[in-house]
Amino acid sequence: MFTEYDIIVVGAGHAGCEAAHAAATMGSKVLLVTMNMNTIAQMSCNPAMGGVAKGQIVREVDALGGMSGIITDKSMIQFRMLNLSKGPAMWSPRAQSDRMRFSEEWRTALENNLNIDFWQDMVSEVIVENGRVCGVKTSMGIEIRAKAVILTNGTFLNGIIHIGEKQLGGGRAAERSAKGITEQLVSLGFESGRMKTGTPPRVDGRSLDYSKMEEQFGDAEPSKFSYTDTEPLNKQRSCYITYTNSEVHEILKTGFEKSPMFQGRIQGLGPRYCPSIEDKINRFADKDRHQLFIEPEGWSTVEIYVNGFSSSLPEDVQFKALRKVAGFENAKMFRPGYAIEYDFFPPTQLNHTLETKLVENLYFAGQINGTTGYEEAACQGLMAAINAHQKINEKEAIVLNRSEAYIGVLIDDLVTKGTDEPYRMFTSRAEHRILLRQDNADVRLTKKGYDLGLADASRLEKVAIKIKETSEIATYLRKKSMEPAEVNTVLLALESAPISEKAKAANLLKRPNIEIEHLAKADAELAKFLEQYGKESIEQASIEIKYESYIEKENQHADRMKELENYVIKERLDYTKMPALSHEARQKLLKINPETIGQASRISGVSPADISVLMVYLGK
Amino acid sequence: MNFPSNDTIVALATAQGPGAIAVIRLSGPKAISLTNQVFKGKNLEKQASHTLHFGTIRDGERLIDEVLVSLFVAPHSYTKENVVEISCHGSEYIVAEIIKLFLRKGTRLAEAGEFTKRAFLNGQMDLAQAEAVADLIASNSRMSHEVAMNQMRGGFSAEIKNLRTQLVHFASMIELELDFAEEDVEFADRTALKTLIYRIQELLRHLLQSFELGNVLKNGVPTVIVGKPNAGKSTLLNILLNEEKAIVSDIPGTTRDFIEDEVSIEGIRFRFIDTAGLRETEDKVEALGVERTRQKVAEAALVIYLFDINTTSPEELKAEVEDLKTVGKPILLVANKLDAGQDQLKKFAGMENLVGISASQKLHIPKLKNAIVSQVKTANLQDRSQTIVTSLRHVASLEKTYKALEDVLLGIGQGISSEMVASDIRRALHALGEITGEITTDDLLENIFSKFCIGK
Repeated sequence: MFTEYDIIVVGAGHAGCEAAHAAATMGSKVLLVTMNMNTIAQMSCNPAMGGVAKGQIVREVDALGGMSGIITDKSMIQFRMLNLSKGPAMWSPRAQSDRMRFSEEWRTALENNLNIDFWQDMVSEVIVENGRVCGVKTSMGIEIRAKAVILTNGTFLNGIIHIGEKQLGGGRAAERSAKGITEQLVSLGFESGRMKTGTPPRVDGRSLDYSKMEEQFGDAEPSKFSYTDTEPLNKQRSCYITYTNSEVHEILKTGFEKSPMFQGRIQGLGPRYCPSIEDKINRFADKDRHQLFIEPEGWSTVEIYVNGFSSSLPEDVQFKALRKVAGFENAKMFRPGYAIEYDFFPPTQLNHTLETKLVENLYFAGQINGTTGYEEAACQGLMAAINAHQKINEKEAIVLNRSEAYIGVLIDDLVTKGTDEPYRMFTSRAEHRILLRQDNADVRLTKKGYDLGLADASRLEKVAIKIKETSEIATYLRKKSMEPAEVNTVLLALESAPISEKAKAANLLKRPNIEIEHLAKADAELAKFLEQYGKESIEQASIEIKYESYIEKENQHADRMKELENYVIKERLDYTKMPALSHEARQKLLKINPETIGQASRISGVSPADISVLMVYLGK
Repeated sequence: MNFPSNDTIVALATAQGPGAIAVIRLSGPKAISLTNQVFKGKNLEKQASHTLHFGTIRDGERLIDEVLVSLFVAPHSYTKENVVEISCHGSEYIVAEIIKLFLRKGTRLAEAGEFTKRAFLNGQMDLAQAEAVADLIASNSRMSHEVAMNQMRGGFSAEIKNLRTQLVHFASMIELELDFAEEDVEFADRTALKTLIYRIQELLRHLLQSFELGNVLKNGVPTVIVGKPNAGKSTLLNILLNEEKAIVSDIPGTTRDFIEDEVSIEGIRFRFIDTAGLRETEDKVEALGVERTRQKVAEAALVIYLFDINTTSPEELKAEVEDLKTVGKPILLVANKLDAGQDQLKKFAGMENLVGISASQKLHIPKLKNAIVSQVKTANLQDRSQTIVTSLRHVASLEKTYKALEDVLLGIGQGISSEMVASDIRRALHALGEITGEITTDDLLENIFSKFCIGK
């Protein structure tokens, strides 16, 4: 029934969809196996993409030629650039999505790619021969062969849903869980673990009183995610903000004795930064209210996502407590919040390519690696597919480094340090945060995507123009002199010290509250010059000049780090034969088997002295 | 971490402890050019490899020491890099001053075994030696952060831990507002943050001062000259100072007050304190002086007991020495009025640390100076042997932390965005981490999650 595929992607969530699309676009014959064709690209949790650090990841996925940005642009109902009051490295795009359109747009995108076949079934086993994966076996007993397999099982592996004292087997509300894969992988020698995450109740928007909440509008001039020519929104839906109160907390407390978390029925570790409402009340007892974001699930649906109210307390307790929230007095619930436990595989079992160390050509992406978040999943799917495609075509592995992309930070953290709780990206995880901006993801990555056959020529052309324009503008601003007479009025108006003699535009731009538009206002010639350029190029040049000294410092730091990355540990070293290493370092090095000295240096427990010792053993 | 060897490293190459000469070694691309910046003499950058040059090391206008510089131009050196060896006087103070000067100029203190490692990595040694080098590094660096902290004197270790906590808290506050801007948390206002930095900086300054390598050495080694009236204390002092400062008279007990003056011998500053004699007396003024003499002895780092060789019997001397020893200070015995030659010393055979001089005739003074210097080296370097490098390393790290915090303040002052401020804070954390152990992002996140209710 099936011929041999190049790559089989198991699972059609954010990781699976990106993986299938990327591999197929690069030229691989792909089979996408999902348990349910109707739930492709579900937003299982909140109907939103992006946010701080996550938005940057979506921009990077887009810059490489992935689809998440385009799909988000096509399905969003609100756009906000978060953190605009901070510097450019913190600007983070975030979209509220139409959940159903998001899913539909993804399915359409995948269907439009002729290299992708679909099969609805549950994969119960991977076929491994001589240490190499060569296909999958499904619950229908079908064997499908492929050169590489990417597992993106999400929360489905032995998923258990908890609502109060009830436990339901399932990977998502009303969807069954996947059995067999964990057990088989463990029998092959993999280590598995258990994680927990949760989701809040969904309510009926028609039953809410928005007049009691604060309205949160989208940006007046909405931007977008994709560097391609997708359209920004011309109308948007608002979100609302309301708060819990002590009455809500008291009611929730009545359910604590039935809480699967507090009673120890949930074994898996949940994310600290995404606690359930009961956890917040429990741990921060002195806080008398918690913020809730009321998010619409689409353009036309009345379904509402109560962001901040994640809970696994009994549904009646959730319901009673919700009704005490301002604006929720008459709320009707569509479905209660729940906690879900699922299997994951500690990601230290992976190489930087996301290929497993144990089984060749087998790749893991998404929550199976202990991450959380659509964005984190999507970028792993993309990188796994790129590397699977490269591998089966005997081409070089593609590993993004930590100063190049958040994606690089994420994967390096996973494979080097592993994770105990669901891993979410934060900007603080990136030591080169100032370099990894949402405005320059294309400059950083599109050429790479193009060389891989993933990003098309039009993307590359756009970036080339942007780079050229940016350099022209920056050169101009560095040369351009501004006269005191013309610029002082503007400076004074902005409470910036006036100048007494001519000053370069670039130097004025370096002042904290002076923007390029201000200077353009003072100088007609500058304004005229800028007219010929695109908004993005002007912004790019302006950022480069304004934050030059910080960018320079970061670049130097990044270069020093890169030198350590250049020390590749080629063959598998026998760390047990290096008595000069500390005991802990020896254990950790054995386990992680780092690919470079740089990676080794980031393993916790490996000291600078151990690195010195290692370098001596390596000879050079 | 700085393992790629494109930077220039510095360290004391000779063993720590007493020695007339210390050798400070630099290795790396800038070894010669940096030395040239602080060396007054020939232009070192124009000299051939394997040459020796006399000159002075200066910190700006301030003369630190007269030195001999040996040049080894890459690849003709032990490490195959540019290497400079500076031979200076073997004083802890001078060594520290010179190394600190180089640290300020941008060199880095060598890691344990790093010269050898560089030599190895640059192919100067064969692979069979790898094992030995690795062991060397490992054994030298067993003094891990924790151990190093334990070795520190006084409350330094506690203070530095406190500093770390404060800095982590501060960094967390900034990271909080960067990563969790959408959350319902209150951010620290900038004034509070500035106040916190001022506090941290004050602590740093305090630490840097208290750590100034051997305050004693820096301010001069307090050296008390004790002896019976008319043993010749003032004359001796005048010789050492080369000027007439103390009142010299033949009437016993004329030195009633303390006369202090500083003199540099072989680069070590001494603060000589001339005292009234120790003689039991009925004169009240003088009795007071005697009591103060005892106090001064207690405060001194070195005691010189001066006696008239002609009027002092060995028994008497022994008794005096026993008496002085109770204070627990190093004692140098100086027999004055050695006018009849060395044979006079024979009656004191068996006494340690004894030098014979004639103050009035300025005989054997260089010998005395040598004895004084070696007393200090023995005394000071023995109980501080390990900490000279460790402390310098700490000073360097604390200074880097301080500098990064200056940048933080500058950034806040300019109203620059927090992620830029955060990058300077990270530098501060990194520098401090060189003492306390690395402070990672996970530490910051841990701090945030434990203190703030984050997450939707």
